[in-house]
Amino acid sequence: MRGRSAFERVVVFVLVLGGLWALWEGYRWLWLRTGWTRPFTVNEYTLPHLHDIVLQLGEHTSTGDDLWLFLLHAALFTARAAAVGFLFGATIGFLLGVILAQFDVLRRGIMPYVVASQTIPILALAPIVVRGLGSVTVGGSPPPDWLRVSVIAAYLTFFPVTVNTLRGLRSADPRALELMHSYAARGWTVLWKLRVPSALPYIFTALKVAATASVVGAIIGEAPASIQEGLGGAIINFNQYYTLDPENLWATNLYAALLGIAFFLVVVLAEKVVVRRAPERLV
Amino acid sequence: MTGEAVVSLRGVSKSFAKGGVTALQGIDLEVAKGEFVSLIGPSGCGKSTLLRVVGDIVEPSAGEVTVNGKPARRARLDRDYGIVFQSPVLYDWRTVAKNIALPLEMLGWDRSRRSARVEEMLDLVELTGFEKYHPWQLSGGMQQRVSIARALSFSPALLLMDEPFGALDEMTRERLNMELLRIWDETGSTVVFVTHSISEAVFLSTRVVVMSARPGRITSVLPVELPQPRTFETREDPSFFELVTRVREALHATGADEVEEALPLDEGIA
Repeated sequence: MRGRSAFERVVVFVLVLGGLWALWEGYRWLWLRTGWTRPFTVNEYTLPHLHDIVLQLGEHTSTGDDLWLFLLHAALFTARAAAVGFLFGATIGFLLGVILAQFDVLRRGIMPYVVASQTIPILALAPIVVRGLGSVTVGGSPPPDWLRVSVIAAYLTFFPVTVNTLRGLRSADPRALELMHSYAARGWTVLWKLRVPSALPYIFTALKVAATASVVGAIIGEAPASIQEGLGGAIINFNQYYTLDPENLWATNLYAALLGIAFFLVVVLAEKVVVRRAPERLV
Repeated sequence: MTGEAVVSLRGVSKSFAKGGVTALQGIDLEVAKGEFVSLIGPSGCGKSTLLRVVGDIVEPSAGEVTVNGKPARRARLDRDYGIVFQSPVLYDWRTVAKNIALPLEMLGWDRSRRSARVEEMLDLVELTGFEKYHPWQLSGGMQQRVSIARALSFSPALLLMDEPFGALDEMTRERLNMELLRIWDETGSTVVFVTHSISEAVFLSTRVVVMSARPGRITSVLPVELPQPRTFETREDPSFFELVTRVREALHATGADEVEEALPLDEGIA
């Protein structure tokens, strides 16, 4: 195989990390020293020291916990909403893609609305949906906060999955379709044995996009609906006290980024397990 | 011609709505059980279309097509034929064994029956030991052998082959020609074989059907009475050259100038 050794990967990772750190701190140092104000003035608020952000994780917050633990709880709350939303959105997206691929009439009729759904600013839609669902009662009580938030994550997730499923299902080799025809295969057999496996690389490309989008969706779902427990709540909160502790907000962003990366890696791992394909033919 | 007809075409024509192209016109052909018939002609003569008409993949505009005495559609639904394309058309996500088992799954064979047949098929195409490989790990020639094994796995009476060795190098092609004849002999199947190599057509066939382009028509049918089984020496037999020359002349008589460029230069005199 042409893959690099684990040692090389670690070296590259450390080098890139070091490079980013050097860029950040070098920029900060140079701008502070020269007093340059373009494109933005550098000070403790716009560009704190990276080590200050990391050290801040050990500080107490107003809740009594250390920041790292507080953010870990927040990240887990957001992760649950994002994961449920991702699974839900990916399932809906896949099924919608399959249905639209099977029925041409539906595809022409429904696709414009699917596209339109993504042009509505999520920031405007999220509070309406999350608050609205708060007044719905299911079995005597409104759905829990994280479940309402997961709807927004699902909303951002389904679209890329639908589009790529549709594209992938239509990517099957015409000769392979003739082959299935020669076996007198039924539509569902062709779908299951040929079209879906052909579509998998496309679907996984969409799932990678959707994985990070679901985290963003969950954060955006929490933020304007004043749900406090997650990273979205933490962002709103720390934003208000930014002049006091700018590192708190930066640290929150760090957690959000790590959560997005974790989601992405899970999809990459799943792809390696599921998709059996010549390395150069992976989309 | 002796024996019952496996394939029978009467007055078959095909024109495509797009551009009003007449791909096939007035095709009459009978292929008897156990025959090996090659269709040869210039590019665009409709030989691949003709093969697809037999397989009920393309519907003829006119005429009657029967396979095993049944309408082509019925024969397809009964899985009366296996098909091999120029590209192997293997499923990347399936191993060699599972690719060969694909038609058997559709026929509802159970697992143990499938794996027993897959083993037989691997033996037939001499790929035993490769069952767990994925297609992309095999050479082009090996991939095409898997494709042949898949086509024969459910023992169809008829094997349709659309330039199956056209993308392979000359050495591999000659070896697979031998292998195909051995398989044909062992399975006793009937083969309709599309090619644009004159020597391949002569070497393999019991009859060579020569076609002309635009519209695609059968211009001559040449019986190949070389002794069976064919061997590597067959290609050096004077009567082999004679037949190659006759097929070439028949092709030129169709006015098909494209034929020259479509043929390898080492045809004929060695």
